Amino acid sequence: MHCRTEDTSDAALGVNVAESKSLVVALAGQPNVGKSTIFNVLTGLSQHVGNWPGKTVERKSGSYTHLGHDLLLVDLPGIYSLTANSVEERIARDYIIHESPDVIVAVVDAAIPERSLYLLAEMLLLPVPVVLVLNMMDVAEQEGVQIEPRVLEAALGIPVIPMVATRNAGVVEMLDAVIALAQGTFPYDPRRPTILPDHEPVLAELIAEVSQHVPSPYPVDWIAVKLLEGDEEILALMERVLPAEVWAEVSRTLLHHEDAVLDVAGARYAWIGRMIRAAVVRPRVGVMGFTSRLDKVLTHPFWGLLALMSILGLVFALTYAIGTPLQGWLEGVLEVFGEQVNGGLRAVGSPSWIADLLSDGLIGGAGMVITFVPILAIFFATLGVLEDTGYMARAAYVTDRFMHMMGLHGKSFMPLLLGFGCNVPSVLGARIIDGERPRLLTILLAPLVPCAAQLAVITVLGAMFFGNAAGVVLWALVTVNLAVLAVMGILLNRWVLRGEQAVFIMELPLYHLPNLRTIGLYVWRNMLAFLQKAGGIILAASLVVWVLSYLPAGGDVTQSYLAMLGQALEPVGRLMGLPWPVLVALLTSFVAKENMIATLAVLYGDLGATLPALLSWPSALALLVVQMLFVPCVATVAAMKQESGSWRWTAIGVGLLLVLSLAAGILVYQVGTSIAGI
Amino acid sequence: MVSLETLNSGEIGFIGSLEGGHRLISRLAALGFTPGASVTVMRNHGSGPLIVSVRGAQIALGRGEAGRIKVHRAAGDSDAL
Repeated sequence: MHCRTEDTSDAALGVNVAESKSLVVALAGQPNVGKSTIFNVLTGLSQHVGNWPGKTVERKSGSYTHLGHDLLLVDLPGIYSLTANSVEERIARDYIIHESPDVIVAVVDAAIPERSLYLLAEMLLLPVPVVLVLNMMDVAEQEGVQIEPRVLEAALGIPVIPMVATRNAGVVEMLDAVIALAQGTFPYDPRRPTILPDHEPVLAELIAEVSQHVPSPYPVDWIAVKLLEGDEEILALMERVLPAEVWAEVSRTLLHHEDAVLDVAGARYAWIGRMIRAAVVRPRVGVMGFTSRLDKVLTHPFWGLLALMSILGLVFALTYAIGTPLQGWLEGVLEVFGEQVNGGLRAVGSPSWIADLLSDGLIGGAGMVITFVPILAIFFATLGVLEDTGYMARAAYVTDRFMHMMGLHGKSFMPLLLGFGCNVPSVLGARIIDGERPRLLTILLAPLVPCAAQLAVITVLGAMFFGNAAGVVLWALVTVNLAVLAVMGILLNRWVLRGEQAVFIMELPLYHLPNLRTIGLYVWRNMLAFLQKAGGIILAASLVVWVLSYLPAGGDVTQSYLAMLGQALEPVGRLMGLPWPVLVALLTSFVAKENMIATLAVLYGDLGATLPALLSWPSALALLVVQMLFVPCVATVAAMKQESGSWRWTAIGVGLLLVLSLAAGILVYQVGTSIAGI
Repeated sequence: MVSLETLNSGEIGFIGSLEGGHRLISRLAALGFTPGASVTVMRNHGSGPLIVSVRGAQIALGRGEAGRIKVHRAAGDSDAL
């Protein structure tokens, strides 16, 4: 329509003056329609990522200039409809109604036009002009669906643009249409969906009842339809604003039409059917598309699992072949750098504690953060590729039956399993899971997956304590660890979800080739967010532990506050047969799991000779069990805080592991000593 | 009418009604599970989630959710695949 000149709500909504001069374009669409690809093609690295006010849902916006017009693009969350069923849906509809963008670009999947036009049917009831984009025309062709954009445009009365966003095809045409619509040069005359003839009288009745009272930005017709659909939020709104006697009347009317939600949705689909009748040719019955053929294998109960295992094997191989050596190399570089800084500072006569603080505390702590970069990059790239191709939903499907027992979503499987590399990405990966509860549960369980550093520690210590039997011991430790994870999952599910069933309704998108730009930006955004949000916490905690290990004796760990803390904890240690230096080593493993070995070496010297003589086998076993279950490292804790958005849940998760690990350690030692008769 | 999860892989049903809370019904309706729509069961192994095809899209459904969808079994194509 027109540039936003008369919009008085800008100031109240915090839109700045520069933004209000540009054309505001909202990108809307169902999940998996390639909306982000379009957004990334246009905005690239200039995009601004934040959160929607008061929500943990990502808000992405960015600017683009086309033919001298400044566009502000706002990427709305992927949603199936405009009901109030999810946070994402509420965000999208509130944005459209209250902030009234100049144009909405509705993106649909050209390969499943019927289902993906449903959102358009809802959007046309709102007073913002819509450009329809038929994205993934290439996938439609591959699946045998033929679609005629011009015919659809004639039927709908709105601009319809065919697009293959991954190949940049149709993007310019889309922008032309947006500007034509904003300037009023397109004959915009949308055919809006109607409701079933049976419901027309009741809708008219509702409109008559509420029309005098509907608050300002809401369209009256839309409110009436949402009331008929039984929309929770609109019902509450109208109960608040309507005079009591009118509300009573409305409630009475609605009581007779409780089932209307299905009819309203059915009528929208009937409208879609009429709109696409002439424009879409489906494949002949019996002809299998590319996706169905691939799914014969990938969702098969046996071959599907095998395929999943192979893919995971590949990811691990990649992580260990590239990520781990890079991490080691970075560690080495930073160590040398730290030593040089230390030496340099001492040479110019600065006090040794300043030199140590900078080299060990600060560079060591910041180094911790940096060394996570290669592994996280590989992890996010993997996640990005699996999501973008559509495979992730299949992985979730084949694992759902196992995850379901723990109250988890099938989508929890991938992040949890990749936790064997590192728990940090595993926690960060929980964001792909739908539903707040299963997401939280995944975050709480993720630290129970033994990470590479933990496995390295038990490998070294296991070989020292158990010699030839180490292999069996390690295998048993990992198995017990995973069993504990399963039991904790079941218990937490009862407790956290309080019997609430995790709803499993998930679309299996059509397969398509991944888009490198989309994946690159996905990796970049997630890494940046991790470094910004978690980096500070990791650095601070590393510094605190360093200070505790340095003071008051000036570098002698055995005389430090940390040692005193270890000695104070000795009574707990005695229950597990562990002397205080071992407890100190456990405490320093909070900074990084691999610190365990380093600290023990500082406190005991030649570990291989001293430790096995010092600890009986029940103590040694208790130590390994505690180490496996112990509180997660600081980076994981920071990630837990970042993803759960709550210190309370982070504390509950960490506290639970602390109690669990100590209890398990005590149990192992006590049972062990009574068996051994010590 | 029978529950959707009693249909075998390859069978087709026409939706008769949905049961359950308003939220679930509204979510399923938006995905295209409305009375009269045809649903093809792509995978049903007797346990674990199902995969069904509705309105051109493939949807994985937990058994509990599938149980809330009541369908009329389309006659004569139980051995189509």
